[in-house]
Amino acid sequence: MKVYLKVWRQRNAQDPGRFVDYTVDGINPDMSFLEMLDVLNNRLISQGEDPIAFDSDCREGICGTCGLYINGRPHGPLPRATTCQVHMRHFKDGETIVIEPWRAKAFPVIKDLVVDRSAFDRIIQAGGYISVNTGQAPDGNAIPIPKEDASKAFDAATCIGCGACVAACKNASAMLFVAAKVAHLGRLPQGRIEARERVLNMLSQMEKEGFGGCTNTGACEAECPKGISLENIAFLNREFIKAKISF
Amino acid sequence: MELRAQHGLLKSLVAKKILMALTGLFLCLFLVVHLSGNLQLLIPGYSGRLQFNSYAVFMTHFPLIKIISYVLYLSIIIHVLDALVLTIRNRRARTVDYAVKSGYGSTFASRNMGILGSLILIFLVLHLANFWYKYKFGEMPYMVSPEGHYVSQKGEAIPGAVLKEGHLWVDGVDKGPAMKDLYEVVRLAFGQSWIVAIYVLSMIPLGYHLAHGFQSGFQTLGLRFGKAFSVIRVAGWLFAIIIPLGFAIIPLVFYFFPEKLN
Amino acid sequence: MTLYSISDKKLDGKCPTGPIEKRWTQHKASLRLVSPANKRRLDVIVVGTGLAGSSAAASLAELGYNVKVFCYQDSARRAHSIAAQGGINAAKNYMNDGDSVFRLFYDTVKGGDYRARESNVYRLAEVSANIIDQCVAQGVPFAREYGGYLDNRSFGGVQVSRTFYAKGQTGQQLLLGAYQALMRQVARGQAVLYSSHEMLDLVVIDGKARGIIARNLITGELERHGAHAVVLCTGGYGNVFFLSTNAKNSNATAIWRAHRRGAFFGNPCFTQIHPTCIPVSGDYQSKLTLMSESLRNDGRIWVPKKKDDPRKPTEIPEEERDYYLERRYPAFGNLVPRDVASRAAKERCDAGYGVGPSKMAVYLDFSDAIKRMGRAAIEAKYGNLFEIYQLITDENPYETPMRIYPAVHYTMGGLWVDYNLMSTIPGLFVCGEANFSDHGANRLGASALMQGLADGYFVLPYTIGDYLADDIRTPKIDTRHEAFEEAEKSVNERIEKLLSVRGKTPVDVLHRKLGLTMWDYCGMSRNAEGLKKALQIIDDLEDEFWKDVAVPGTGKEWNRELEKAGRVADFFELARLMCLDALHREESCGGHFREEYQTEDGEALRRDDLFSYVAAWEYTGHRQPPVLHKEDLIFEYCKPTVRSYK
Repeated sequence: MKVYLKVWRQRNAQDPGRFVDYTVDGINPDMSFLEMLDVLNNRLISQGEDPIAFDSDCREGICGTCGLYINGRPHGPLPRATTCQVHMRHFKDGETIVIEPWRAKAFPVIKDLVVDRSAFDRIIQAGGYISVNTGQAPDGNAIPIPKEDASKAFDAATCIGCGACVAACKNASAMLFVAAKVAHLGRLPQGRIEARERVLNMLSQMEKEGFGGCTNTGACEAECPKGISLENIAFLNREFIKAKISF
Repeated sequence: MELRAQHGLLKSLVAKKILMALTGLFLCLFLVVHLSGNLQLLIPGYSGRLQFNSYAVFMTHFPLIKIISYVLYLSIIIHVLDALVLTIRNRRARTVDYAVKSGYGSTFASRNMGILGSLILIFLVLHLANFWYKYKFGEMPYMVSPEGHYVSQKGEAIPGAVLKEGHLWVDGVDKGPAMKDLYEVVRLAFGQSWIVAIYVLSMIPLGYHLAHGFQSGFQTLGLRFGKAFSVIRVAGWLFAIIIPLGFAIIPLVFYFFPEKLN
Repeated sequence: MTLYSISDKKLDGKCPTGPIEKRWTQHKASLRLVSPANKRRLDVIVVGTGLAGSSAAASLAELGYNVKVFCYQDSARRAHSIAAQGGINAAKNYMNDGDSVFRLFYDTVKGGDYRARESNVYRLAEVSANIIDQCVAQGVPFAREYGGYLDNRSFGGVQVSRTFYAKGQTGQQLLLGAYQALMRQVARGQAVLYSSHEMLDLVVIDGKARGIIARNLITGELERHGAHAVVLCTGGYGNVFFLSTNAKNSNATAIWRAHRRGAFFGNPCFTQIHPTCIPVSGDYQSKLTLMSESLRNDGRIWVPKKKDDPRKPTEIPEEERDYYLERRYPAFGNLVPRDVASRAAKERCDAGYGVGPSKMAVYLDFSDAIKRMGRAAIEAKYGNLFEIYQLITDENPYETPMRIYPAVHYTMGGLWVDYNLMSTIPGLFVCGEANFSDHGANRLGASALMQGLADGYFVLPYTIGDYLADDIRTPKIDTRHEAFEEAEKSVNERIEKLLSVRGKTPVDVLHRKLGLTMWDYCGMSRNAEGLKKALQIIDDLEDEFWKDVAVPGTGKEWNRELEKAGRVADFFELARLMCLDALHREESCGGHFREEYQTEDGEALRRDDLFSYVAAWEYTGHRQPPVLHKEDLIFEYCKPTVRSYK
């Protein structure tokens, strides 16, 4: 099959950037989307042109490195999949595909389709952890945890930090990312001790980084490759209210 | 860990959003009261007119309602200003926009609450000017019973009373303030096609605004627990349909079926 | 020409002696300590932020060392440990099924086909329980039973259930735990994170590891970083094969550069081929995806009894299916260790019974399990794995069997380290998959996570102190030292050289050729003739690489092709050493199967009299014959026997 690409090219953070058209022919529908870009890049390299900068690593949907905004949707047309898990069979022969980077003030473009997501690391640094030193832990079974709590915590903890929620949100908000961590740790007894500091610190850092606020549109949940639920944002809101009314 | 965040009570985005939810849900509650009051307009005959005008007196004179009405005005102002601040801050979070947007996973309403809200605000100004301002400060007709007597604020027709500076006088004795005929103002207004059109059309943005806002308010307040939330969601949809429909029916009946109200 | 020379001095792993269950305790008691005041003056560099790197960096920072931690990923959370699916072993005996530290130790030594150090493995089993405790305290949401207690499942190669898990995302959850611990230290200022930085050389001053040269992958700048000790936790080198289950950017550059600087490389040919991966579908393919070994708990592996059977798998009746693992290994059945399962799949496919379009696949069938437990139960256990499978293949594994084939997954070999995890360069420590480690010639499932975290949380923090105790008077390492000068210059020259070729062939193309060569000649089975041929092909490919590689752009910007080129250049050199090691080891053991050495029924034939040693290779120069150093393996508790899973 054959597709027409419109790809965002931007040399560096200062460059204003523009769309460039490419035609890619001879695509096998079983190719992944990134493999299609590999093919195009290798062609560009052989011709002495600058290949399209995009990032990916595990290519199995778990590391959270890849992230392209394809035809108006983060990670492309497939629900619950990362860009690297999208295959060309999900596109039509002859389709025009527009590829953009994640757009957010807090995710500045490094080059072409690669953005800087270090803001996420700083949000975790602000409070996305439980303060326990190596060696301090009691026996793993010392504190039983209801299966349902553990399983809800797990669901929130499956966040891969890819930033699709920010990319999808009309406010470029990182609320789903923050909420996933607040809910993961806050639903476990070990995490309750620092629940108040965690939610306030992480939210404050989120704002400092320049992310917007949540307006409950639900786009993040729909586009999250791990299906992290908006319920976690409600949980975060409860944690926030609790934190504000406890002194 | 140490608490590093230093925020005033309302500085953070989440706190501002909670304020939106609180004021918004309060306004939803008001809409219920307002609609149930206004539906009295559809009671035919003199008794309907009397009931509605008595209701108007009650709403403007009962002390507790007065306090609540000030809370209401404040809620509207806060809801609007807070929305403005949040919108500006949220806009700033994306400096370069996408070339292609799909809107996947979100409703039209949720993405356009600002626009919908602005339309409602314009309507609100018009609406207040039409009725509320007129009732409070403007020239108003006074209620007259079928027998041709002025009516007191208690709803009693007072034979032989004369009207002077809003009060009813019988033989030089002040029988108290006269009842204003808001019903008549409504009837005259809803006899005009353009006003009816505005009132009916304005209910569309209201419906959309509520469709998102109702359930969003619960979400923001953290009132979302598993399956119970689907009840809230359904309730939100019903609310968003029933309330605007209820409001829209009134001018339509006045315009198209005035005879049914006699 | 001689391919290598042999050192007549035996290499000493510095393992403690005495009763095995007391060795680690007594050793810890004898290790020197560094006082808190002195720790503040000591800098440690940790390269890599997977399970080993993150846990080591966090733990060292908690102790008070000044830690600088590097990763090539844009965030420390993206290291490839994140992709580990199945679980982590620990000798907790929560299941009351007779597990113990000794049994985990024994299973691991046996599973590794008696090519691992007893002392190390025992220590690993001993600290395994602490790892679970630590992770639970960090908030790792392990699977639990209704009573609220931790659940376990069974894994290949053992007869107890000792594997802790978090659905099919155990590695992710453990890594996030370690990452969060590290982020806490970054917030405290005790650790400094250098993400998007790749280590390109080790700096050795007066014989000691004193720093690294790293390239900032965003700006392209070269940076010098000094420290009193350097810890490499950079993972394995499975990407030599191009197609593997490793992340695309996983590479061997850090350990290879350290090897060139004097660190011996242990058992480079010990590669684990994982039996259950999604088969290759075309020549554009960029990587292979693993289907967790845990699937073998409930899935049954089979091929048709008839060659080239054209029927759909669901149409082949029970009696015409060959459940070859159950047939050949009735005691362990589908749960035989990975090396055995992989070879058995290859044997069937080579014999012409393979399935799917490429005929290089076997079925992994869940229909019995779905009948037995119901679809919902299978979904709860393996739902996310089934989803991944369907995303890639467009087939529904609830309805039709999965097609699987072995793929390169893990490298047991790595830099040689002593009992203290220190390489042959003083001050250079190596943890996790990057070291030659505790798995011998084959790693058991759910043991990689265990080893990475054991090294980082519970071994290195003790042993590094013993080394640094000598360094408390050493001031901050001056990065103006000539050794830094020299290292930076050589890195720079190499980058310039890569950029100056300006050839026509993309890096991927050459890398793919290298990978295919390695897969064909140094993969699941090897023979002397093929390995010699591979050595020649590798030389030719390397020549072609330096003549015709196309690396666009400059070194002073984000340049993925330049990064890849540097890594592939190192892979050529490493591939040569792997083949050489495979050629020299004239026996079959674990993942290393030499066709010349097999029993009559095709099982691996170990030659303990000749090869019961660790092969540690010393670098002598590019394409120069390396020196083989042998560290004898002594088995006092697990007497080597023929490994039988029948």
